[in-house]
Amino acid sequence: MASVADQVPIAEGLFTWPSNDPRLLGSKCQSCGVVTFPAQSGCPACCGEATETIEMERRGKLWTWTIQGFLPNRPPYEGPETPETFQPFGVGYVELPGQVRVETRIKTEDLAKLRIGMNMDLVVEKYIERDGKDVIAYFFSPTDEI
Amino acid sequence: MDVAIIGIGIHPFGRTEGVSGLEQGVHAARGALKDVALEWTDMEFAYGGSSAAGNADAMVSKLGLTGLQFINVSNGCATGGSALQSAYMAIQSGMFDIGMAVGFDKHPRGAFTVNPEASGLGKWYGDIGMALTPQFFGMKIQRYMHEHDISEDTLIQVAVKNYRNGSKNRNAWRRKAFSYDDVASSQMVCHPLRKYMFCSPAEGACAMILCRADKARQYTSKPVFLKAVSVKTRQFGSFEVFSQSQALDRAPAPTAQASAAAFEMAGVGPEDIDVAQLQDTESGAEIMHMAENGFCEDGDQEKWLREGHTEIDGKLPVNTDGGCMANGEPVGASGLRQVYEICLQLRGEAEQRQVPNNPKTGYTHVYGAPGLSGVTIMTN
Repeated sequence: MASVADQVPIAEGLFTWPSNDPRLLGSKCQSCGVVTFPAQSGCPACCGEATETIEMERRGKLWTWTIQGFLPNRPPYEGPETPETFQPFGVGYVELPGQVRVETRIKTEDLAKLRIGMNMDLVVEKYIERDGKDVIAYFFSPTDEI
Repeated sequence: MDVAIIGIGIHPFGRTEGVSGLEQGVHAARGALKDVALEWTDMEFAYGGSSAAGNADAMVSKLGLTGLQFINVSNGCATGGSALQSAYMAIQSGMFDIGMAVGFDKHPRGAFTVNPEASGLGKWYGDIGMALTPQFFGMKIQRYMHEHDISEDTLIQVAVKNYRNGSKNRNAWRRKAFSYDDVASSQMVCHPLRKYMFCSPAEGACAMILCRADKARQYTSKPVFLKAVSVKTRQFGSFEVFSQSQALDRAPAPTAQASAAAFEMAGVGPEDIDVAQLQDTESGAEIMHMAENGFCEDGDQEKWLREGHTEIDGKLPVNTDGGCMANGEPVGASGLRQVYEICLQLRGEAEQRQVPNNPKTGYTHVYGAPGLSGVTIMTN
């Protein structure tokens, strides 16, 4: 297991890190209460300018999904695969109760089991290595695989 | 001040080696002038757009340095539609009597490459593999099929229809009709969408000459009148491409807003439309856009496709020229191609794919990144 010093988040401010219980970070509008992810300074719903950063729910339900069937163009893609090793991966929106639907890559052992409405949990783990460090990203996985 | 389209020109869509996007634009512009027997020197203004093939105003070096007002338009997937809307407003305002809208493009092969930061997204979004438009289309139709009981059969039917229509269009890129099995067995790209359900980035150009409606018959015996032009962007709660999160409360898509505004402007309703071009980035998009544009209820598409209502001889022919699927998508030209096809249909010049019984009223709709939509309504 790499030490925390050898790990960097894929982006600052996307989730709490380092943490034993990492959470995605969103913003909540102080006028209308609408939650947005990632955290941002203005509210897309009411045009208010005052928002506060909040920690998001870690469990939600899969609202929709697809399977990325081909290797994405580089740049911008930085995944570790080659055309020979590429395996299709899941992408979806997970609805976090009372907050927002978050777009996410899906980690699962069986893409054929993806169903709208299934329970999903946040997973924060290594995505790739870059400049000698592990790049940490967020994913969601079916709750029954965790 | 009403506005008429009096001349139309096109450069065939697809792949044309050795001919730049700009040159294709010039070809289309000259075609539109020739169509109405006018000269470039007659043009008082032009609005032009291209997303990946350079500045449209560079065309003046080839068409002639007449000193006209030429404004470049850049508006994502609605670039061509926005050039047309700009030309419409230039005449409607009374500032000009006659001018051109033109769009062209030449994209590299393969899926569109996206720069997430240029769209206001974090770099991480591209790093991790989510900055891909096909994913959005897969996820949007996946949810739509779940909510409205649409089957894969309907996705396949849309693609089969569009390639069949494209096979009757000499300016289309893909002029081979695919069988049901060809589409159904093609590679899965972004579940539930398969390879032959998608359009591809491509090349091509279109141009239109517009003038004051009261002067149109001085130039042509077959003017087409632009009764409505509307461009709308996403509002809070609509499900759009490149959304890192989506609101829990849902709002109508920009297409629904643009459509409603256009029908109001034209003073007609969906039942008055005789032929329509609806954005078919992939099969699911055409299905959802049938409802978002007000032509059917959510879920009725199953029955519409099964009963052939959107075929050339159906009650609402859709994408008679093969749509984006058969023509490919050169972003700067795509919206104008739809208008070109409606002009042909309303002029009775659509050859093998002519909609029967002299269509009077036509409709076009583009949709794309970053969540915008453009609609026009035309009559003859």
